[in-house]
Amino acid sequence: MSRRVVITGIGVRAPGGRNTEAFWDLVTSGRTATRAISFFDASGFRSRVGAEADFDAVAEGFAPEEIARMDRATQFAVSCARDAVHDSGFDPTRVAPERVGVSLGSAVAAATSLEQQYLALSRAGATWLVDHENVPEAMFDYLSPGAMPAEVAWTVGAQGPVAMVSNGCTSGIDSVGYAAQLLEDGEADIMLAGATDTPITPIVLASFEAIKATTSHNDDPSRASRPFDNSRNGFAIGEGAAVMVLEEYEHARRRGAHVYAEISGYASRCNAYHMTGLKSDGREMAEAIRVALDQARVAPSSVDYINAHGSGTKQNDRHETAAYKRSLGAHAYRTPVSSIKSMIGHSLGAIGSIEIAACALAIDRGVIPPTANLQEPDPECDLDYVPRTAREASLRTVLTVGSGFGGFQSAMVLRDAARAAA
Amino acid sequence: MSRRVVVTGLGALVPCGTGVEPFWQALLGGRSGIGTLGRFDVSGYPATLAGEVRDFTAREHLSQKLLLQTDVSTQFALAASDWALQDAKIEPGTYADYDMGVVTSNACGGFEFTHREFRKLWTAGPGAVSVYESFAWFYAVNTGQISIRNAMRGPSSALVSEQAGGLDALGHARRTIRRGTPMMLAGGVDSALDPWGWVSQVAGGRVSRATDPARAYLPFDVAASGYVPGEGGTVMVLEDLAAAARRQAHTVYGELLGYASTFDPPPGSGGVPGVQRAIRAALADARLAPGDVDVVLADGSGVPELDRVEAEAIRAVFGPRGVPVTAPKGWTGRLYSGAGPTDVACALLAIRDGVLPPTPTGDGQAPGLDLDLVTSARPGRVDRALVVARGKGGFNTAVVVGRLTEGDLGDS
Repeated sequence: MSRRVVITGIGVRAPGGRNTEAFWDLVTSGRTATRAISFFDASGFRSRVGAEADFDAVAEGFAPEEIARMDRATQFAVSCARDAVHDSGFDPTRVAPERVGVSLGSAVAAATSLEQQYLALSRAGATWLVDHENVPEAMFDYLSPGAMPAEVAWTVGAQGPVAMVSNGCTSGIDSVGYAAQLLEDGEADIMLAGATDTPITPIVLASFEAIKATTSHNDDPSRASRPFDNSRNGFAIGEGAAVMVLEEYEHARRRGAHVYAEISGYASRCNAYHMTGLKSDGREMAEAIRVALDQARVAPSSVDYINAHGSGTKQNDRHETAAYKRSLGAHAYRTPVSSIKSMIGHSLGAIGSIEIAACALAIDRGVIPPTANLQEPDPECDLDYVPRTAREASLRTVLTVGSGFGGFQSAMVLRDAARAAA
Repeated sequence: MSRRVVVTGLGALVPCGTGVEPFWQALLGGRSGIGTLGRFDVSGYPATLAGEVRDFTAREHLSQKLLLQTDVSTQFALAASDWALQDAKIEPGTYADYDMGVVTSNACGGFEFTHREFRKLWTAGPGAVSVYESFAWFYAVNTGQISIRNAMRGPSSALVSEQAGGLDALGHARRTIRRGTPMMLAGGVDSALDPWGWVSQVAGGRVSRATDPARAYLPFDVAASGYVPGEGGTVMVLEDLAAAARRQAHTVYGELLGYASTFDPPPGSGGVPGVQRAIRAALADARLAPGDVDVVLADGSGVPELDRVEAEAIRAVFGPRGVPVTAPKGWTGRLYSGAGPTDVACALLAIRDGVLPPTPTGDGQAPGLDLDLVTSARPGRVDRALVVARGKGGFNTAVVVGRLTEGDLGDS
């Protein structure tokens, strides 16, 4: 019999609030955290809006040498891991460290530190042959970001399997899916699973700008992210992290842990079509949804809520709307669908884990977060996207999806563990 | 009963040989791929030797469109994937699209490509940045491009755990096959030999500053002075044994019998390094005893302290001089995510040809290591091999591969 995997601890750092509760408060209030970018002078960019997190490394308890060593995204992940462990009530000293692992997702990893180092070492691009005399040792870890999951492992004392899953914008679903597979297969009893990205830097913004993936609604920053709305024209870049404690169900039950939700199904597929483009039919995302539901042994008609990828690009929102219809049939029209990217932006690899955290909280607290800024839906996006206002609902089965560069399409099914069939 | 996973195709592209057979012959002949880094004028830099892929012309393999949108590391990965599929004789239609997936590891991303784009951004502004930058840089690029090139739409992923990642990719491919996807392309390829990538690697503090290519990367040697960074790697075709039998796969190099991954205790905590646990767990996963293993392909970092830790673990499991140990990466340089899969290819070729590839030597084995180090090509039957890879930060991964016994293909 296969082992069941549940979420027993959650740590979130997202724009618009300093911790998990503030995050939940924001995304259920319908307020937005998108603002004019303040981290750097974005005046030369087409898209000048982002969702920046109010993150204070000193207040979070990091020592100066840690702040110097760890990329911003690493700091986010470590803070989330501490919160998640605390929230789960698991005492790391009472669990064999060999049975604890880490699976951390990230799309662009140490982009912030890379850019800072690049500017220093190349004298702002003046030289191709960069300076080799004043390179900090940590530069290696920005080049090859194994240090990100390593820092999390050190924080929680994990000595089991540790890895980074870097699948672009599905990293945050796939890292949790990877962790769930390890737990199911008995390779660990507890996994710290999540994802982090802090991509609000010139190089990342420029790379998306080059393909017009980001929004140009600069005149109204708080309404810049408009998933499913007819006026949407790209995503608003965000930053953040979520790390969760995943554990085998019996392990959690024996120690009397609070269980937010069960991870009942997970699947990923590739579209093998284009590194950034999507076919309009949603075929591969639909297949991922079908397989994830099948694994969870729930019928498509049992889905109570879909947490959408909902990035707010023209092609994405139509693509996933098609995928829901293809996988759920007529039930797609009866299922509430919402995108929290409307409020906290698109934090690339991190967002998938933040959305899983949102799904777990939605199940736990019986509230569906809304899609902010949705005034006039795209006629081709004709489902119930929960516009602007949260809804109370008893949620038994929730679906969350992600879609990313490289053609990755991922789906995860979360269930109320108490009501899920054993 | 759990599905058995076999290797049916290999594609290698490493500094001492392009393609599996040239590479293997170079290793057996002790021909090194290490020399002075030629990508830029490295004369003023503290380290000058690298393992560079020299006899590969990307435009002979890839379209102009792909050349424009890819980093050199992705070009290597695409070529190695093509060769692995050709070797396995897997063609369009052999499997349905959802029955083929891709797992690659990548320690550095498309770094030289992104270095050029950073430079354009900061000298000419955002408008100068390539439309390909958003996907040529990120760590999933090789998985995505391989998936597109071969219409593989099954479960796919990219893993990063520095040098351990390549073996983690093979382990995850095995996990994916056991969960029902019959065929996976898996492996690791890296390259970061542009000036910024180079100084970043050197900054890690483990790169050899030796100037004599023959003495620069000497795992387990008295004269060990660190490692030489290399580029390239290996991609392989993994299949469910039953599916390989059904399609009458013409070559089965061997079976992926065991896999395990562990992490070291926090630095300075005084705990026992995790490499011994990884070795024991991989053996347990393979249901084998230490005495069943005919050769260990070691991580062999060339950093004396790390070599000592690894040698202690090997001794603890196998006994002093209890098993032949080799680190042929001394001829290629340290390939990061490419290292583990390349060593697995060596292990499978050793099983095929009955010969162990040597480790380069300088002044002899460092005192106290007490390893049966293979220092010249050593003939002898090989049925099972253990491969170890360790990543900076504390990653330890071990894989066990073994010969497929007669009848396994027919009976399955």
